[in-house]
Amino acid sequence: MQADLDKPAIEARDLRYAWPDKPLTIDIPQLDIARGERVFLKGPSGSGKSTLLGLLGGVLTPQSGSVRVLGTDLAPLSGAARDRFRGDNIGFIFQMFNLLPYLGVLENVLLPLQFSAARAARIAGGDPSSEARRLLAAIGLGSDDLLQRPVTELSIGQQQRVAAARALLGSPGIIVADEPTSALDHDARENFLSLLMSECRSQGSTLLFVSHDTSLGYLFDRTLSLSDINQVRS
Amino acid sequence: MNTLSLAWRSLRNRRSTALLTISAIAISVALLLGVEKMRTAAREGFANTVSGVDLIVGARSGQLNLLLYSVFRVGDATANVSWDSYQKIARHPDVAWTIPISLGDSHRGFRVMGTNDSYFEHYRYAGDRRMNFTVGEPFDDLYDAVIGADVARQLGYQLGDPIVIAHGVGNVSFAKHDDKPFRIAGILAKTGTPIDRTVHVSLEAITAIHLDWQSGARALPGAQVSADEARGQDLTPESITAFMVGMESKVMTFTMQRAINDYRQEALMAIIPGVALSQLWNLVGIADTALMIVAAFVVLAGLLGMLTAILTSLNERRREMAILRSLGARPKHIFTLLITEAGILASAGVAAGVALTYGLLLAAQPLLERRFGIFLQPGGLTGYDALILSAIIVAALLMGAYPAWRAYRHTLSDGLTIRV
Repeated sequence: MQADLDKPAIEARDLRYAWPDKPLTIDIPQLDIARGERVFLKGPSGSGKSTLLGLLGGVLTPQSGSVRVLGTDLAPLSGAARDRFRGDNIGFIFQMFNLLPYLGVLENVLLPLQFSAARAARIAGGDPSSEARRLLAAIGLGSDDLLQRPVTELSIGQQQRVAAARALLGSPGIIVADEPTSALDHDARENFLSLLMSECRSQGSTLLFVSHDTSLGYLFDRTLSLSDINQVRS
Repeated sequence: MNTLSLAWRSLRNRRSTALLTISAIAISVALLLGVEKMRTAAREGFANTVSGVDLIVGARSGQLNLLLYSVFRVGDATANVSWDSYQKIARHPDVAWTIPISLGDSHRGFRVMGTNDSYFEHYRYAGDRRMNFTVGEPFDDLYDAVIGADVARQLGYQLGDPIVIAHGVGNVSFAKHDDKPFRIAGILAKTGTPIDRTVHVSLEAITAIHLDWQSGARALPGAQVSADEARGQDLTPESITAFMVGMESKVMTFTMQRAINDYRQEALMAIIPGVALSQLWNLVGIADTALMIVAAFVVLAGLLGMLTAILTSLNERRREMAILRSLGARPKHIFTLLITEAGILASAGVAAGVALTYGLLLAAQPLLERRFGIFLQPGGLTGYDALILSAIIVAALLMGAYPAWRAYRHTLSDGLTIRV
């Protein structure tokens, strides 16, 4: 499913979600993120950030309201179609444990292509393996020695770089990063972030970066506070 | 990197659990296959107890009864066959040869059978195998005995040893024919049939030891006949217990059977060994069906072990599933992944089980043949074996659907974040 290039990256209206048997977690009247924009979404833990990402990624279905991602309304899609849309258009980086421990570095990076032919097709030159190596090098993991190691032997910072390369592979329209730097120290954090941002810029991906740590906000085009856009008060 | 190799890598990451699961399946499969092989071998061994014999003739009773006492040396005849009738049938032009059988005595729990050289010449078992002598030869002297392999082994007998035959078939008999001891003239090689547990003597010897017996008791002193005196007497028996018949032409078997069953002078019965054997197998075959059912349940237990192992692993693999889901894995991918995993475990288990079975069979073969006379031909897998093995793998795949469904439910409720 190819996304419409002229539409905003994310467009949410009257979004309401409650976990089963729980009070409302998300009540967002409006959220717009433009294409290519790099947005910092801040919010304390427990404020519903992960739930919002689940809604935007089409993993969770809102009780009411609509989510349009890259111009596609997720609501009418079947579960499998949403899975496919997510695989084609969104790259995720999580806080920790991003990698499959039984695969090597390159195999982890190439994993999305198994589920998304669209991402494989977007790779320039058509050679996934050399593109994966290029991304790893661009994000600071160039040495062959590192690529040979089991991912469980990499440091947390190195694992996050592998996860970033995986999210970027095949140029998905949106990169969603959920506290990817919280396990890193300050210098490593800035270094990781600037590499991630420059790679996003060069392939034209929208970056939605979620964190409770506001000290990084100045690096972004725009900073949103979840407590401002979400009408649910914790 | 396709789903198969993904499942394979994931399993390798959990190899100790996976190996244990595979071992459990392998052992259960080996048990099932082993039981099946033994069952086939036992059935064949059973059917192979006697071959080459076209008819067995005895006094009219049940066909199983006649088969049991004439071939398996179990039970007793209700009546005898007169020597005249035997001679009449033996001389019939369609009859090629006969083997007379005279039963009723024993030696330390082993049945004694009176017969003649025709027995060693014509009796066949296991297709076309004939009796072989480990040492010695068929009886030459009146008081010669030829013993089966089990008799020799259990009682430690060797060529030339003297033995005394007891009257009757009880394990402990007080009435012994100790005035006419026998000498072991030959020991037969193991056959895996009741021959191994039989003491053979000549028909004349049976007559000789009973010369001075009247209605089950020995004559008073004075009326007794010594061993040497017996040699001088006419030792043609008045009757025998049963006899086996080989026909000149197989097509005459049914005609002869009908003629014997309709014989007017004496109430006789002729049975076809193959027919009677399969009827008997239907009776005793129940036991090995029970064994087969037990083995099937062991396989079920092995598969349930696999199911448990996969289900247990799911909880610690919620993150793995969430990662795959975030990368766009659809329900069918998660499903395929877990069912493939079950398929790999089951196939590896089945393959290891087959290897284990053949390994054990090859190792145990000489022992089984020597000790029990069971000729196990490992051969290839039969179509039936293949069917059983495929059924096991299919069952495993069906079982794999349950954890697969559970795993997908997890990924739905977990969303993309797992609080581990």
